[in-house]
Amino acid sequence: MAEDATRIATEARDRVRFEEEALALADQVYRVARHLSGSREDAEELVQETYARAFRSWRSYTPGTNLRAWLLRILTNLNIDRGRRSQRAPQMTPLEANDYYLYDKLSAEGDGGQPADEERVVERLSQDDIVSALSAVPHDFRDVIVLVDIGDFSYQDAAQILDIPIGTVMSRLHRGRRILKRELADNVLEDVT
Amino acid sequence: MTDLGKDPCAHCEEMMQPYLDHILTEQERVEAEAHLDECEWCRRRYRFEESLRVFVRQAVTEPMPSELKAKLAALRIPLN
Repeated sequence: MAEDATRIATEARDRVRFEEEALALADQVYRVARHLSGSREDAEELVQETYARAFRSWRSYTPGTNLRAWLLRILTNLNIDRGRRSQRAPQMTPLEANDYYLYDKLSAEGDGGQPADEERVVERLSQDDIVSALSAVPHDFRDVIVLVDIGDFSYQDAAQILDIPIGTVMSRLHRGRRILKRELADNVLEDVT
Repeated sequence: MTDLGKDPCAHCEEMMQPYLDHILTEQERVEAEAHLDECEWCRRRYRFEESLRVFVRQAVTEPMPSELKAKLAALRIPLN
């Protein structure tokens, strides 16, 4: 009996610790969820479902491993289960420009051929430009940008979260950034015309 | 710029993302930096990319709604 009581107390303590650690990561989980899903409302719902599932299945988490990645794995699976997107293969062949295209485009919009300070060139983009360009990047490319460039996950973590090979993470990341820059450049062109 | 000078810049452009991700080999990194030391044209574009990455991260970061945090805390399984 005493052993049972000890075991139950230990388990309760471990569970509370797990819940506290998971809740402490909620801001970071939301930041990624916000751009993996389509809208603020979707993101809130998705994060709640993720935490509900995580709290129920906390025993399957191995203490000492990357809890943030574990939570994101649940979240991306839920996102796929909900039919918000296809799991495999990019849906379309997006437009992609070379890596210098956006800078060339933005600096050409500037002061009559004078080389512009790079940070000032970036400031020609607005927050809305970035948010709308990111949402225009196809899911498969956007997911890796969101995880690696916004969520600070390693390639390895992103590969595990998305269940794709690490080489695919790298190629989608590099292509995805080019697609994002192409979208941004197009936005700038639209603003001017 | 001569035609001969064009290829190193195209090669430098190819190396930009891996360079900023710190995944180039030592030899490639040295090669990229040697070109950047002498080419302001590429250097500007590398600096722009660095600024852009910071700007993108800042632009898309939204604070979590405070009521969501309370909802998540309420999902905890009660202690018996």
